Amino acid sequence: MNTMRAALAPAPLRTRRRVFALSLLAAIVGILALSGVASADFWTPESGGSPQAGSIDTLYKIILAVAALVFIGVEGVLLYSLIKFRTKPDAVPVQIRGNTRLEIGWTLGAAVILVVLAVVTFAMLDDIRNPPNSDADGFPTDRIANVQNASAYQPRPPNGRALNVEVNGQRYAWRFTYPDGDTNTLNNVFSYETMYVPTKTTVALTIRAQDVAHSWWIPALGGKADAIPGHLNFTWFKVPQPGVFRGQCAELCGRNHADMTAKVVALEPAAFKRWLVTKKAEIKASDEAAGKRRAEESEQLEQGESPVSEDLPKAEGE
Amino acid sequence: MPATDTAVLVPEITARDVKPEPRGWVSWVTTTDHKRIGILYLVTTFVFFMMGGVEALLMRVQLGAPDNTFLTPVTYNALFTLHGTTMIFLFVVPIMAGFGNYFLPLMIGARDMAFPKLNALSYWLLLAGGIVFYMSLFFAPPEAGWTSYAPLSNSAYSENSGIDAWIFLIHLTGISSLLGAINFYATIANMRAPGMGWGRLPLFVWSLLVYAILLILALPVIAGAVTLLLTDRHFGTGFFDQSQGGDPLLWQHLFWFFGHPEVYIMILPGFGIISEVLPVFSRKPIFGYKAIAAATVVIAFLALLVWAHHMFSTPSATIVLIFFMISSFLIAIPTGVKIFNWVATLWRGTVEFKTPLIFAVGFISVFLIGGITGVFLAVFPVDWQLTDTYFVVAHLHYVLVGGSVFAIFAGIYYWYPKITGRMLSESIGKWSFGLMYVGINVTFLIQHSIGLDGMPRRVYEYPDVGHLATYNLISTVGSFMLGLGVLLTAYNCVRSLKKGVKAGPDPWKGNTLEWFTQSPPPVNNFDVIPRIRSVEPMKDIRRQVARQTDGSGNLSPEPAESKH
Repeated sequence: MNTMRAALAPAPLRTRRRVFALSLLAAIVGILALSGVASADFWTPESGGSPQAGSIDTLYKIILAVAALVFIGVEGVLLYSLIKFRTKPDAVPVQIRGNTRLEIGWTLGAAVILVVLAVVTFAMLDDIRNPPNSDADGFPTDRIANVQNASAYQPRPPNGRALNVEVNGQRYAWRFTYPDGDTNTLNNVFSYETMYVPTKTTVALTIRAQDVAHSWWIPALGGKADAIPGHLNFTWFKVPQPGVFRGQCAELCGRNHADMTAKVVALEPAAFKRWLVTKKAEIKASDEAAGKRRAEESEQLEQGESPVSEDLPKAEGE
Repeated sequence: MPATDTAVLVPEITARDVKPEPRGWVSWVTTTDHKRIGILYLVTTFVFFMMGGVEALLMRVQLGAPDNTFLTPVTYNALFTLHGTTMIFLFVVPIMAGFGNYFLPLMIGARDMAFPKLNALSYWLLLAGGIVFYMSLFFAPPEAGWTSYAPLSNSAYSENSGIDAWIFLIHLTGISSLLGAINFYATIANMRAPGMGWGRLPLFVWSLLVYAILLILALPVIAGAVTLLLTDRHFGTGFFDQSQGGDPLLWQHLFWFFGHPEVYIMILPGFGIISEVLPVFSRKPIFGYKAIAAATVVIAFLALLVWAHHMFSTPSATIVLIFFMISSFLIAIPTGVKIFNWVATLWRGTVEFKTPLIFAVGFISVFLIGGITGVFLAVFPVDWQLTDTYFVVAHLHYVLVGGSVFAIFAGIYYWYPKITGRMLSESIGKWSFGLMYVGINVTFLIQHSIGLDGMPRRVYEYPDVGHLATYNLISTVGSFMLGLGVLLTAYNCVRSLKKGVKAGPDPWKGNTLEWFTQSPPPVNNFDVIPRIRSVEPMKDIRRQVARQTDGSGNLSPEPAESKH
């Protein structure tokens, strides 16, 4: 009770200011901690969709722990010196100009911390950069060929087999092309905005851009891969469970950049197979319908004895 | 005049027509006095700072609520382009040149810069660059961000003239900075007071020297790059067009080869200001003078080797990623050394909580966060998650607002008495600091989480998912506190011109030569230029004065040496 009364009594100005500063700090920390409880991704990147997102999350947490130590250490010494060495009537500043041992010490100390972080990064790099094989009960995939003249890095599972989806960034949508056994890629199954993939299967993405630079990013499935015109970029993911993962273009691409969203829907391999077959049939049907329509149109033109019916398409084509 | 050995030398009277000093605004337009040019720089860049701030607040209002329709995407894209470009090319870089212009000659005991007319040209080119850029508001402002990545900035995707205004801004401010840098370098190399060897150069001057060298190395690269962009846009070349054998990645490499040194160009003079302010208000010599000076040089060297850490998510070989991770790590070491030395400078001193010191200490505590998040971004697998998100926005603002802006404000509060002859109000200054300090942390700390939650930068709207709405609202509230804090200092500067307490020549008991002369200094700066015997010449002078006046000293009076 006495302490309570003492705290309520008007304190000297300096103390009041310190109390104010401390309570402000406490309020900020409190707000942050509360919202931290509310959201799992307050402190760390999103993860959970693909193994390398988890590895990046772990790597991030290791750096965060080291960073927190450095932060608390430096801010602590700073705060201590400010409180302890604030000017007092009888205080005499000590005229020190430096200390070579100390300089060497903290230079080496900083270097050692960074060496540790580099070693940890190298240790985890393989898991992040290179994909694992598909599971035995995954979607059956073909061996994918390396692309000539592309960058040195093209992620391939050890057995070389993955579902190779081509991602094409264009203002303001993503186009996905799937291998379906047809060698003419123009006839391949495709979709916009939503990418359907099988679970338990390594999906290798070949990323390109049609117009300006874009950046492919589904946070829970791992990091970004920029889509640059004239270049191919590669990344991968492997989703264990069916689920929906959202993301959006991360490189400024124009006025509707904010609306260039993407979604990955992971289906059980069997369901993916059904989707692929249905989609293929749809494309075939619409192709046939279009072919029929074209044939009818040219027939009509011939029957109508149009004098330029033969030349017209050529003339327009040139 | 026939002067021979035999002739008796006759005293001769020569008369010279002395034109009256121009007065009023003409005197400001025609001036070549480094102090007046410095004031022009400081005032102009502060006005640009306020404009950039208003642009930022408009963006924060738009982002204060999900799916907001306050701004159109066109306006929003123009705003972040204007904001970034203004803050970098029209505020932080040139305001450092402003402090440099005013204080470099004073601190080294010179009477002006090496090339006074070139100095005036630098300022007018800067102003011209700013005007050309802002004229685009009346036509079509640029929308491609301050990085103007090709192909988005190419004529096929940015038809209107905004990008051209941006290109001319880069050229004009670039030539301005280049001329200024050459001037700084020549002044420091040639015009130091007698006795001021490299080991006695004030640390702010060391940082200006390195600032000048980095500008001279980096600016020609961006000047070349924007010229290539200009010819791509208008004369049919294809340097950045893959369909003509060019490469969009070439732009990114050239831009960041300039862009990353630019980051250090913006922060190194700030480091210099901190290294001047801390020893004065803790009444202690700077801890590790040589280490801090050496760290400045090492940072500048490494700054030229880290550019591709901005490009970790582009198609890259693993060895390239590793190289740029390591080089970025290395730059953290000299930066850390500086921070440790600053803290050690406070250690066992007698710290006086005057506004300049408070801003300097605020700088250390906040810049540290920006430095630490920089290490996160240097680890490339982590960067793949963080790059181009609000995490990066938070990082760069901790470095540039918590770093450069706090250093600039420390400089304003420290040197305003010298420039105007009057003190700034301490109480307004402390309120300004409080608002800015809380404002910075409320605005930008939460932005790390916004980025970790998956929100990319440069988006004009975001959906109401997760906690994005709450986080963004917190950030918007913080930005207005920050803005209010800045306004208070602007008000303080205007108010104190008339109402401030008279400062006298040396209100802080400073260490460096600018405090040797009157406030404001006369046109010729110094009547006599003292011989420099240490890195803290004013301490020596005060000691000498004390010895000669209290009668106890039996040291023979040492006449100060004139330069001529």
